[in-house]
Amino acid sequence: MAVIEDVVCPICGCVCDDIIVTVEDNKIKKVKNSCSISATKFLNFHKHRLPSPLIKKDGDQIPISLEEAVEKVAKILVNAEYPAIYGLALSSCEAQGLGVELAEEIGGVIDNQTVTCHGPTALGLHDVGMPTCTLGEVRHRADLIVYWGCNPEEAHPRHLKRYSVLSKGRFRKEREERKMVIIDVRKTKSTKQADLFLQIEPGQDFELMSALRVILNFDEIEEESVAGLPIEKVEEFAELLRNCEFGIIFFGLGLTMSRGKERNIDAAVSLVRDLNKWAKFSIIPMRGHYNVTGMNEVTAWQTGYAYAVDLSHGYPWYNPGETSFVDILRRGECDAALIIASDPVAHFPKEIARNLCKIPFAVIDPHPSISSLLADIVIPSAFTGIEAEGSAYRMDAVPLRLKKVLEPPPGIYSDEEIISMILEKIRSMRG
Amino acid sequence: MELLIKNGVVYDPINKIDGEVMDIAIKDNKIVDMVDESKAYMIDASNKLVMAGGVDVHTHIAGPKMNTGRILRPEDHYGDVAPKTQIKRSGGGYSTPSSFVMGYRYAEMGYTTAIEPANSPIKMLHCHHEFRDIPILDKSCFVLFGNNWFVWEYLMENKLDECAAYVAWVLNATKGYAIKIVDPGAVEAWKWGDVEFLDILWGRPQTMDQQVPRFGITSRDIIRGLCKVNKLLNLPHPIHVHPNGLGTPGNYQTTIETMDCVKDLADGDKPIIHMTHVQFNGYGGSDWVNFRSGAYEIMKYVNANKHVSMDLGQVIFTNTTTMTGDGPFEYRLYRLTKNKWTNADVEVESGAGIVPMHYKRNNFVHAVMWAIGLELALFAKDPWRVFITTDHPNGGPFTNYPKLLSWLMSKEARQRIINKIPKRAKSKTNLESMDREYSFYEIATTTRAATAKILGLKDKGHLGVGADADISIYDMDPKEINPSKDYKQLRKAFSKAMFTIKEGEIVVKDGETVKSIDGRVYWVKPNVPSDLMNAMESELAGKFDDYYTVSMQNFKIPERYIMRSTPIAAHYG
Ligand code: SF4
Repeated sequence: MAVIEDVVCPICGCVCDDIIVTVEDNKIKKVKNSCSISATKFLNFHKHRLPSPLIKKDGDQIPISLEEAVEKVAKILVNAEYPAIYGLALSSCEAQGLGVELAEEIGGVIDNQTVTCHGPTALGLHDVGMPTCTLGEVRHRADLIVYWGCNPEEAHPRHLKRYSVLSKGRFRKEREERKMVIIDVRKTKSTKQADLFLQIEPGQDFELMSALRVILNFDEIEEESVAGLPIEKVEEFAELLRNCEFGIIFFGLGLTMSRGKERNIDAAVSLVRDLNKWAKFSIIPMRGHYNVTGMNEVTAWQTGYAYAVDLSHGYPWYNPGETSFVDILRRGECDAALIIASDPVAHFPKEIARNLCKIPFAVIDPHPSISSLLADIVIPSAFTGIEAEGSAYRMDAVPLRLKKVLEPPPGIYSDEEIISMILEKIRSMRG
Repeated sequence: MELLIKNGVVYDPINKIDGEVMDIAIKDNKIVDMVDESKAYMIDASNKLVMAGGVDVHTHIAGPKMNTGRILRPEDHYGDVAPKTQIKRSGGGYSTPSSFVMGYRYAEMGYTTAIEPANSPIKMLHCHHEFRDIPILDKSCFVLFGNNWFVWEYLMENKLDECAAYVAWVLNATKGYAIKIVDPGAVEAWKWGDVEFLDILWGRPQTMDQQVPRFGITSRDIIRGLCKVNKLLNLPHPIHVHPNGLGTPGNYQTTIETMDCVKDLADGDKPIIHMTHVQFNGYGGSDWVNFRSGAYEIMKYVNANKHVSMDLGQVIFTNTTTMTGDGPFEYRLYRLTKNKWTNADVEVESGAGIVPMHYKRNNFVHAVMWAIGLELALFAKDPWRVFITTDHPNGGPFTNYPKLLSWLMSKEARQRIINKIPKRAKSKTNLESMDREYSFYEIATTTRAATAKILGLKDKGHLGVGADADISIYDMDPKEINPSKDYKQLRKAFSKAMFTIKEGEIVVKDGETVKSIDGRVYWVKPNVPSDLMNAMESELAGKFDDYYTVSMQNFKIPERYIMRSTPIAAHYG
């Protein structure tokens, strides 16, 4: 029996690095410190695995050897005019780097889950930048913590305790020393924790931020209400913002994927820029998948851009909306795809998912998914962070090394190894 | 593999070779006495300039700041694309090039070593990630210590030995190379947005003795303390200091005060403090209206005091990206320019900021800044202590080095620019009256020999037997060319090396990368007595979780992860 400490959790953007895992006979017997999502994953990830590589034949998926599967994937990609590599937010930075290399090799698009979550964050950032900080800064200093359009208690269960309202910092030791505000369109499990819950009308975030900026910088607002809130409430909130010492806004898909999209992010950052006149203020996106931040970082240092990169010209080109995976699928331009550690068929709009199913595509994943069920080729992979090591970036871009605590089942390789095999195959095919 | 460079015109200041025509023999990755001429691959270097590979002592090439800069500025990449070739990965970016492109571009200019000057300990893994994707160059990374709570607490309790053990532990854990200090005290104050304190630090005298609120330590305590630690650990490079007040009129006084605050700690002629991108810290006047150059005063001090080395941080008239561990400075720059702005405070230890910047020739302040950098270099009496940098990309991208070299080697090249800057700017600097022109020997010193020496990289920066076979050959005849007049030809030759040889391999030919190999990563492994280290470590373990949001175990980067890990020993005491 081995007790492994400081295991890094490969589930959500909190990337907690204090998990204690007890392993016996290459099985996880016990986990400590993890939240319920993480514990369930650690204890059950080995169930319902993809058993072996599969290929679609007459509507059925039948087993083939890994070698054959790799060759088929290589062929599909090489023969395509405009292929795409998509996913990797649930994988290691090493696999991500190879994913970019593969996309360059085949002259295709490399894109990741950012396109359906914090893509607008990147776009907003291109306009105004982003005053931010690491989570430890929030822990030590924040006396005002705003969660905007997100539900940490359910999506990032240890966020409050480890990094924010309920954490113990150098300058803030007690819960009473901090104020927590939630802005959302509905009550959630998180809203119970808040000192102030502002329930706004859907799609009115931009209006609220603009109103706050006017109140802070200029004068009174004549309107009776903004975003469904009485103006007094908005003014009260503005005073909270102005009078804190160290404020932070955490924001989620409620802001990035609602009406306004990148304009919302522009407005949120502009608000934070303004607030720095009175208090120290920062903003942090609540990234969902544990290594989606890493995928942005890797893609950026290899190509210059964080997602939706088109390498079909022989150099990187970036124009989300034009070069993003969803958009090349929507326009029917993409003619082959390799999906790694992701389930786009389940998450993309229906007609776009349908377009994906019309073209040859392969899936690399530890588990069956809707995408894998519909794929032409499936290659099962090791579970990164449990069966394979590598690096990952927390939502605040702090990098950590994922651990390998178990051996993967026989014949199952990591994403990193599988992508290498495909790359090698393609290069040998091309001579 | 054996290689023979025949009849090159060689400049090798460490071995006092000043333009001699000679052969350089290479076996495997080293320079040797001789090789078998009949077997060796021959490069005919007759009438060509031969020097050791360039060594850049301060250039932001990897890590969180550079990458955040890339993400911040797609416009920086749109206009500067680098296609994939048989050898090269694709990429691009003018002031924030992608990692692969960074390596090729340096190598194609004849550089073989580059030092990333500022990374936060907790994010050092990111720097090593990018190092893996910067081809050809040997690299290392300085670690930010100047605003670190652990360091401060040790220093305030007068626990110098423990502080040294802690610094050694961090260097070892993060695989870093030297102690970097950025705007000591001010970064912590900025984490509270403490503008009142920052105002004091920016632009009033005696700033170095101002106590940081909530801590009580002063900038002087921090710099002196870490200078003593550096000496205790016998680190190969002196403390690398970005002083208080960067970018503020009148800051030349703080710069002199900073150099002077460790003067009594010097022993012998070895520099014990390196002042970086001094141009940004060489301002006279008291506001942007009476702004003037402070280069004369600074160089008077540097020339007279051997305990100091420095680099320029030259400004180029171009559109670039400023990025520094000095978050409060970038905040001020954002307030000044209203440009897009990224700030990135890092728990316990550091911070950073990024703001795009367009230096314009017809802008009075920018023109004076441009002149200050050149003045610093031209006033310098000792090229062994004054190095050429643009503080890439802060003053401008490193790809502008050939231009910068031409300004140093040609009064005429400078004058062409001086004629075009605002009249008022001319009167605020001494540049127009300066006749000095650098020689090839001095250029070889300041871009290679001296930088390798200040880094303590003994096998680099020279061409003697036993040196690393890192060599650049440029397509010009130093005996024929007159840099003073032919500065355009000079620029062309320096832009594209005829050959760059890295560890005995030809990696660049006719300015194009022909082979991509992995470079080494140097880091320092200090050797601290085990009882001292153990005591420090157990104390650290008690506090680590109270301060950081990552565990002490996970803070350490395993050596097997480092690309061609090359530790250098340093001995305590
Ligand atoms: S909060 Fe997220 S990272 Fe932390 S244990 Fe739970 S799932 Fe893992």
